[in-house]
Order: sequence, then structure tokens, then C-alpha cells
Amino acid sequence: MAAEGDGPLLTVSVVPDRWQELARFVKETLGCLYFNFLSAVDWKDQGLEVIARVENLDVGLALMLRSRLGPGRSACASLVPVYRGAEWMERECFDMFGIRFDGHPDLRRILLPQDWEGHPLLKSYPVDAPHPPYR
Amino acid sequence: MEIKAPTPQVPPPVWTEFKDLQEWEKYRQERPEGDKHSALFESVTEGIHHFPGGFLVTTVADAFLNWARKSSVWPVTFGLACCAIEMMATFASRFDVERLGMVPWASPRHSDLMIVSGTVTIKMAPMLKRIYDQMPDPKWAVSMGSCANSGGPFRHGYHVVKGVDRVIPVDVYVPGCPPPPESLLNGLLLLQDQIAHFRKTGRRAAPTPKID
Repeated sequence: MAAEGDGPLLTVSVVPDRWQELARFVKETLGCLYFNFLSAVDWKDQGLEVIARVENLDVGLALMLRSRLGPGRSACASLVPVYRGAEWMERECFDMFGIRFDGHPDLRRILLPQDWEGHPLLKSYPVDAPHPPYR
Repeated sequence: MEIKAPTPQVPPPVWTEFKDLQEWEKYRQERPEGDKHSALFESVTEGIHHFPGGFLVTTVADAFLNWARKSSVWPVTFGLACCAIEMMATFASRFDVERLGMVPWASPRHSDLMIVSGTVTIKMAPMLKRIYDQMPDPKWAVSMGSCANSGGPFRHGYHVVKGVDRVIPVDVYVPGCPPPPESLLNGLLLLQDQIAHFRKTGRRAAPTPKID
């Protein structure tokens, strides 16, 4: 537990199977109605990790939800049924890391062109990857 | 996690061996020779030029046409990033390019010049190409700032075109990050100088190096 800003910041780690369940608990029981962001970390050999931050603005409670998907896995439950604001965040996460969110209504690329190959924020993505005809 | 210090990359003593320069030579777009005006106009002016004494007519006509062209270069407002702020400052009253005959115009179909000010991403490149193609000939392009010249600080980013000259042919490169309005103004004056030296109804002269 570490203090940051006005309220305490708690980090909660969970197995990916209970990701959506945790989000539902956090929203309905702890009252964290504000969905701040969702992103991911590439830990190379140890696989991907999904990170989400939710906050209860009335109390000043901020939760950092983390879930390690494990090596080689890139599937995760979607938070869209719980938080509608997660939709574009998960699309961006899919765009950059290639994580497929099961249950997402419209999982397309959001920032990069639709015909883009690869997911650039993965550590395995090569620097100066060629993209004909422009580079 | 161990963090390694980056190994310094010293450019080779011979600049032609420089990898980025070789890439630039390989990938850059060449400006097509002359203007792509009608073949009839081309044949008539060629005929006049080869008639005895006809070069007097064509050179005088050239001087007049080039004067007209360089006195009313209308740049299309194409701001991509922070360089656009400096471009706007150049267009505004303090530096006032309107005294050079340049009216920033919001339509590519009435414009002669495209000032590419800012980072060109791979996603933006087709749109840039389309706007450039919509401009009527004769047309020119100025690459403004490090990002448009070579990719700049974002050169090794996954989404950045390494220089706008891979997409459209560029006439004048303005260095700087971002270039101040004085630099852009100098680049525009260089461009006017280039336009004044167009030869024989639009064929391009060798650029005269004019470095202040």
C-alpha cells in the first residue's frame, strides 16, 4: 500500500479468470464508479500484464487492478459489461499489445490503420519495421 | 532490470557512407521535370524555342511567367504538429508573408505550395499525398522542420514516415525543431528564387546555392 495524491492507492493483483468478477466487485461493492484507464505491460518471458485503474471519487479511493496473463497468453476478459468507458481503452490495448478481450462488442484497431501488421508496443516488435510504400 | 548505456553512434568519416543518407537517396521522391501542363502548350513553346530567334520570345515569356508565379505563391494551410504554430506566426502580421504575395489558402485546389509542417505519420501519408495531388500544377512543396525533413526525434518511432520526401517531392527543406518564422521566411524566399529560375516554360534549372 502506497500513498499517492489525496487518497491511498491500492494495488490488487488477480488471476485473469477472475478479472471481470473483480471489476464488478470493485464497482458495486467498493463504489469505484470512475474508470480511469486501462493499459498493459509486456514483461517479455513472463507474458503480458493488464492494468486498470479505477477510483471512488467520493471517498478518495484509488485502486490499481493488475492481472498477469501468463507467458504466451493474450486473451483476457473484457471490462466493457462493467465499465462502458473501458471500450476504447481496450481497443487501444488490443491495438498496441494484441490482447484479445473476450466479450468486447467491437474489438478493432482504434489508433493505427486497420491494415496494420503487428502490435507496436510489444517488446518483440522490431524497431524500424518496414511499412511499404512509405518506409 | 539492467539498463545499458546507449552506445554512441559516430557517423562515418565519408558522408556518402552514412546509412541515413543512403536511405534518403534511395527512397526520396524526385520532382518530375517541368510542369505537367498540356502537351499542346509544351509543343507550341518548344516550336517557338527552336524557331530562329524564338528563344528571345520564350525567355521573355519565361521571365514574365516566373515573375507571375513567384509573386503569387499561395500556400495551402497544412499544419500537422507544433511547426504549424510557427507557420501561423509566419502568416500573421508580424512576419506577414502576404507582402511576398503569399495568401494562406484553405483549399488545395487554389494553392501552389504545400508547407508540410510537422510529423508525417504513416496513417496521415495517404491523405497528404491526396491533398498534394489535388493541387494544380505547377506546384511546390516545402518541408518544414526536422520531422518533415527526416522524421526528426521520432525517426525510429513505429508510425513515423522518415521524411516527407518519401511521399511527395520536396523543393526546399527548412531545418529546425521547430524552425522559427525567420527560417521559414528564408526558405520561402529560397523557393521564390528557385521559381524565378525555372527555364523555358517550366523546365527546372539547377538550384543556385544561396546560403546566408
